[in-house]
Amino acid sequence: MHLSETISSGFLFLAPWLVFLPLIGLLVNIVFGGRMSENLVGGIASAFSGAAFAVSVLLAYSVSLAHGETLRWTLAEWIHIGDVSLDWTFRADSLSTTMMLVVSGVGTLIHIYAIGYMHEDVRFKNDPARFRRFFVFLNLFIAAMMILVSGDSYLMLFVGWEGVGLCSFLLIGFWYEMDTLARPSWSNSKAAVKAFVANRVGDFGFLIASFIMFWAFGSFQFDAVFAKAPEIQTGVILAITLFFLVGVAGKSAQIPLYVWLPDAMAGPTPVSALIHAATMVTAGVYLVTRSAPLYSSVPEAQNIVALVGAVTALFAATIAVGQYDIKKVLAYSTISQLGFMVAAVGMGAYVAGMFHLVTHAFFKALLFLAAGSVILGMERGHHHLAHGHGGHHGETFDPGDMRNMGGLRKTMPVTFWVYMIGTLALAGIAPFAGFWSKDEILLDASHHSQAVYWLLTIAAFCTAFYMGRQIWMVFFGEARHEAAAHAEESPKVMTVPLMILAALSLLGGALNLPFDGFHNLGHWLGHTLGEVEALGLNLQVAGISTALALLAILISWLIYGRKPLAKNQSDPLESFGLLFKGMNRKWWVDELYQFLVITPYVKISHFLADVIDWRFWHDWFHETVLLGAYNWASAIGLNVYADQKGIDAFANWLGAATQRLSAATRKVQNGFVRSYALSVFLGVVVILGYLLLKP
Amino acid sequence: MVPVNYYIILSAILFTLGALGVLVRRNPLIMFMSIELMLNAANLAMVAFSSVNHSFSGQIFVFFVIAVAAAEVAVGLALIVQIFKSKHTINVDDVNSLKG
Repeated sequence: MHLSETISSGFLFLAPWLVFLPLIGLLVNIVFGGRMSENLVGGIASAFSGAAFAVSVLLAYSVSLAHGETLRWTLAEWIHIGDVSLDWTFRADSLSTTMMLVVSGVGTLIHIYAIGYMHEDVRFKNDPARFRRFFVFLNLFIAAMMILVSGDSYLMLFVGWEGVGLCSFLLIGFWYEMDTLARPSWSNSKAAVKAFVANRVGDFGFLIASFIMFWAFGSFQFDAVFAKAPEIQTGVILAITLFFLVGVAGKSAQIPLYVWLPDAMAGPTPVSALIHAATMVTAGVYLVTRSAPLYSSVPEAQNIVALVGAVTALFAATIAVGQYDIKKVLAYSTISQLGFMVAAVGMGAYVAGMFHLVTHAFFKALLFLAAGSVILGMERGHHHLAHGHGGHHGETFDPGDMRNMGGLRKTMPVTFWVYMIGTLALAGIAPFAGFWSKDEILLDASHHSQAVYWLLTIAAFCTAFYMGRQIWMVFFGEARHEAAAHAEESPKVMTVPLMILAALSLLGGALNLPFDGFHNLGHWLGHTLGEVEALGLNLQVAGISTALALLAILISWLIYGRKPLAKNQSDPLESFGLLFKGMNRKWWVDELYQFLVITPYVKISHFLADVIDWRFWHDWFHETVLLGAYNWASAIGLNVYADQKGIDAFANWLGAATQRLSAATRKVQNGFVRSYALSVFLGVVVILGYLLLKP
Repeated sequence: MVPVNYYIILSAILFTLGALGVLVRRNPLIMFMSIELMLNAANLAMVAFSSVNHSFSGQIFVFFVIAVAAAEVAVGLALIVQIFKSKHTINVDDVNSLKG
């Protein structure tokens, strides 16, 4: 019996190790890491992350053995109150194993890359002891993300959801006592807090949705909820799905809560790649996909989700055009691409959304890591200069500013080539991975809603343009800063993961080609999401998007490539005036939030703290009312009435009464023996009289 | 034979005389004699009842009383001597140091 169970569920018994392997890795590093070399610390973290990847592979294999059946493995009882019964159950189906593979696979590559990256980063920032902490946090993130994707209920998903939020906070604020240029400042901490607060707003939506769900469905378990969904009023499901959208907007950086993601670039670059591009921010997309049966039953919610995604995609893409920081461009690009995914899942094109999620994880992780390689290359060049010539230490040097770069293709050839592959994949040029996934989304959009389709198409145009702009500014032309001229290529530990990711970005499209017999991902996810009609290649849609992408790259070449920027030359786009200024200043959204939310909030906080709490409660209520009442009560009530007139008076009366009584009775003891004798006689007479006369 | 009532009446008269003596006289010697008188009044009553009831217990009691009275007199006289030594008087009304 037990044997047959084991066979039918394959390697399912390994499921808990998804979470526990990274946890063991971080425990090893916490306990023994202090005495180990950096390579060993990073190696252990990577090995345990890689082990989680191996488990993910085995689980995916088990699911395929079970013909796509959902497999569950209950590890422990969690909450049992009344009718509510929640267990810590691992769920392996085609959707969750896809996420597991992406998280642990890309995560492991980034772990390996980070060994090289952090080795130099901690030295440029003069704190090598912090190396170990980074890998502890990174492993913790993998564990939390695994809880998120493997949970079998919304509540378990929420545990992971909060866990990754915590790791995001910890890692954005990794260099908490400095700013992005390593000057003493709290700006990195503020970025971490901003991310945390924006995510709390999203979590509030998630929680409200969960409360409504529990009230309406009486359960958090995915299948129980979905099975009951047809009996529930659409209004209730609409409320749940829209509140989930708030959570999605927070975690997946959609309008209006996206503002935290650009600031999150304060974290070390591997963090930006892992958490803020490839995995954590896709949790919102995963949530909508996981809740597909709910969203599919309320088209209004789907439309709103799709529109939010599409508007975000275009809005963020325009901002990316105006950025000078290499990582900021990629950050807004990430928001834009997440918008594509959210739009896709909003339209019910769950396979397309998940497909783009996977390919985006490949090429955006690649781009971020390559950008990290560029930044470190610039740092090396700057360091080389500072030590070679001296006198450069005083100047503030921004290794991430693209205006300082230029001509890096000669000094950093490997980084250049992988960056090119990532750019082409992101821009949507065939046959790179991004082309197939983005095209699938656009094709679905063209069937579903023209507005969404055109928003996304223009966004795709902007995408190709800002990536072209970045390539020309960073890798072509002449060095605009001496550091760029002396930049050095990164070591193998960093470039090899880049090459692997480049290969994945090149070939990732093969997961789901729009030709008959190649819809592999669609069939695979179909086990969980239900079979969808596989769309073929639409030449019109693909043609328009490719033509626009090529046109955008051509325009970017005309502006930035043909005549490269000279040193200190301003951006040619500045001739557009307000339009470019808006893109550069992020359409003043941060200022708007500052004005609309933060300033009033701070004012209210000051009012509450100074006037209400301090002056009213402390000064007036506590000091005056309570203390006064207490003093009065103790002086008058307790002192005079209770103590003096009560207790003292009674004690004094007792003494006086005793004195009076003794004064009266002492007269009896007159010292005359004969009167005593008389008393004795009288006493005898009385007693005898009583005894004789008693009836 | 003399009726027992006579003895009882004589005994009561003697007891009353003794009690009065204790209460009114100030000379402790006289008071002791009066006490003896009361004791012997009681003794008289007891032997009278003993004779009437043909029981010896009353007479035995009287022996005890005579013995105790002798001891009491011995103690009492010693006290009187001591009082006289310290106060140079034996008037009981002058011996009132324990007055409250």
